[in-house]
Amino acid sequence: MAYVPLADRDSEMEMHHPHTWIGRWVFCQDHKVIAIQYGSIAVFTGLVGLILSLLFRMQLGFPETADYIDPSFYYQAVTMHGMIMVVYLLTALFLGGFGNYLIPLMCGARDMVFPFMNMLSVWVFLVSVIILMASFFVSGGPTGGGWTLYPPQTNLAGTPGHDMGIVLMLVSLGVFIVATTMGGLNYVVTVLQYRCRGLTMMRLPLSVWGIFIATILALFAFPALLVAAIMMLFDILLGTSFFMPAIIESGAPLDHNGGSPVLFQHLFWFFGHPEVYIVALPAFGLVSDVLSVHARKNIFGYRMMVWAIIAIGGLSFIVWAHHMYVSGMHPYFGFFFATTTLIIAVPTALKVYNWVLTLWEGDIRLNAPMYFAIGFIFTFIHGGLTGLFLGNVVIDLPLSDTYFVVAHFHMVMGVSPVLVVFAAIYHWYPKMSGRMFHEGMAKLHFWCTFLGTYAIYLPMHYLGFLGVPRRYYALGTTDFLPQSAQDLNTAITIAALFVGASQLLFFINIIWSLRNGPKADPNPWGAASLEWHTPDTPPKHGNWGESLPTVYRWAYDYSVPGAHEDFIPQNTPESEEPTVDEQHFDPDQDESLADV
Amino acid sequence: MSEATANEIGPHEGITGLVDDWAADKQAYHVPWGKAMMWIFLVSDTFIFSCFLVGYLNVRITTTEPWPAQSEIFALSFGGDPIPLILIAIMTFILITSSGTMALAVNMGYRKEKMKTFWLICATAAFGASFVGMQAFEWTKLIVDEGVRPWGNPFGAPQFGSVFFMVTGFHGLHVSAGVIYLLWVAFRVKRGYYDEKGFEIVEIAGLYWHFVDLVWVFIFAFFYLL
Repeated sequence: MAYVPLADRDSEMEMHHPHTWIGRWVFCQDHKVIAIQYGSIAVFTGLVGLILSLLFRMQLGFPETADYIDPSFYYQAVTMHGMIMVVYLLTALFLGGFGNYLIPLMCGARDMVFPFMNMLSVWVFLVSVIILMASFFVSGGPTGGGWTLYPPQTNLAGTPGHDMGIVLMLVSLGVFIVATTMGGLNYVVTVLQYRCRGLTMMRLPLSVWGIFIATILALFAFPALLVAAIMMLFDILLGTSFFMPAIIESGAPLDHNGGSPVLFQHLFWFFGHPEVYIVALPAFGLVSDVLSVHARKNIFGYRMMVWAIIAIGGLSFIVWAHHMYVSGMHPYFGFFFATTTLIIAVPTALKVYNWVLTLWEGDIRLNAPMYFAIGFIFTFIHGGLTGLFLGNVVIDLPLSDTYFVVAHFHMVMGVSPVLVVFAAIYHWYPKMSGRMFHEGMAKLHFWCTFLGTYAIYLPMHYLGFLGVPRRYYALGTTDFLPQSAQDLNTAITIAALFVGASQLLFFINIIWSLRNGPKADPNPWGAASLEWHTPDTPPKHGNWGESLPTVYRWAYDYSVPGAHEDFIPQNTPESEEPTVDEQHFDPDQDESLADV
Repeated sequence: MSEATANEIGPHEGITGLVDDWAADKQAYHVPWGKAMMWIFLVSDTFIFSCFLVGYLNVRITTTEPWPAQSEIFALSFGGDPIPLILIAIMTFILITSSGTMALAVNMGYRKEKMKTFWLICATAAFGASFVGMQAFEWTKLIVDEGVRPWGNPFGAPQFGSVFFMVTGFHGLHVSAGVIYLLWVAFRVKRGYYDEKGFEIVEIAGLYWHFVDLVWVFIFAFFYLL
């Protein structure tokens, strides 16, 4: 049978080596440069989101002193914080940043399959960020309808940014979706078609699996958001009534009737729930690799981990309406969506068990990335368990739109992925920059972030049980809320300011080490996966020098009995080192061998 | 990939073949990168059109006013009685015909008959352009003569106009983009750009074109007939 390893057909890959500075660093087609551009834009946007959150926390914690924040700005800050963090920071950073950097290196490829389109992707992403930021400077300011942008509220005159802000937000989302699609097609096709010789799908590091499945989710989920955005733009700009029912505003009926606000919610959450896993699955993958490397053990249950990622990805498309229990729903639908939601807990819990079992009796090296990875397990278990509460209709109804929900989703898809982002940046920093970061500073950064976020979000669970509603500008005088609720809010704000400020440790460390860090070993952690075995550190354009690598084993050969070191690189032949490869096929089934 | 290699894969079929393809250290699909990418893009695009059609069906249920009778609105009269949906029927016929010429173009491409490929792609693009032209005529008639607007129309539910302009407009943009794409491919075929690289690009463009046709069939069924 024909053997078609496209990776060997270097002719299909037209490497285009630029000679100018602009070609090398600005309009560059090298996936590593694109990854850093993507990541930098995303982190910059994320900083804006962080500052916005500190501003509205000021209002919540010190309502008397922070009177420079008026209700309109408060809602705008809350809205923009949410959208920026979910879409422009986490999605872009995981797929555009880590996906771009790691997929070709871990697949043993020279670049993404279509480097030019990849470059377009990052520039279109920049355009979307510029459009988003422009909404701060138009009349009326950015939209303040909440990050879910629910109509009709978002489009009505009482909401800040109902004229220009919401239009720019929707246009920016549309442009972002174009960028994600161009990038995403590249990532998926690279994983499927451009793996090097010997690298079967079941030998891929879990990072690649996580990003790969998340990208597929992005390609299938973002269309719903695009359609929702187009219809809403029509409602605002052309006066159609897709989402607008008949409404009387200030005593006068609006020019709309017959639309369905719930349709928007369905479209939005058909995107919105997979979006949670677009953020979570890459985090799952990256943290698996970090844990395995620093525990000097193979990841526990590799196949199970892969199938769990796939199962979670599939299930994420049939749970969306659990965000809409309070929108009014037939009880049988609530039953269905509660069931599917709780089923997701099975593969997710399986992953958590496997991470813990990977640590079990491992030769754990408590390096800075490992701190963050273990911290992730804690925050993710907390966020995941509260998800079980909210997945049930009867428990969700009283808790809906309280701080309990805020605490839940910040633990599970705010703090947890961000801890993985830090783990991954510290872990791969030596490969990306060729320098080591300052270990002590990174650990201090971990403790400030980890303990600080707990100080923020644990009390929020309690506030939620008290019934404190989210998104309120001020609590006011409410009988059912004790004074302690306000005191807790103040404490949370202080913790938030502390966590926000402590991120400076990260930026100082990363930027300072770029020039002044000690030169990094090509493989400082003793990792087995392919990206640590490039001929150059940081890898040059084309990654692999003269010839592409050949892979003989999976990415998790750590502490193998009888090996020379406590890890065996993926590209070490079986003849030189023993193998405990779970995937070690018998020759009858392994086609590459059967061919020989 | 040439057809010769495709034939070698012969015995490699069904579920076993699928498992083998995905379990081995080779590309998961025996197709060029661009073709795999086009397929995945088309699945993504399918989600877009599905969301549009689901949204349309939803507002058709929620709207409070009766839905206009499409067979009367989309009727043209030639001298005598109005013929329902005649223009749409012609448009559909033209678009389906263009799929035929596209398929011939793909075949000629693989036979390396450059000029025949070029002319067949041009014919496909011409059919596409005439489709867009008729759509422009249809829009003009509805807007100017009948007073249909995105926000309302004289026949009934305002969502009728909204959906009409949105869905046919989005599809029309796809056809227009396809025409430009096809002309670009045709130009490069004629210039001999693919003589060495192979003519897979014709098939990739063809995939897109057939997809746009297929989407039209669904729009025709759900919007004009239902």
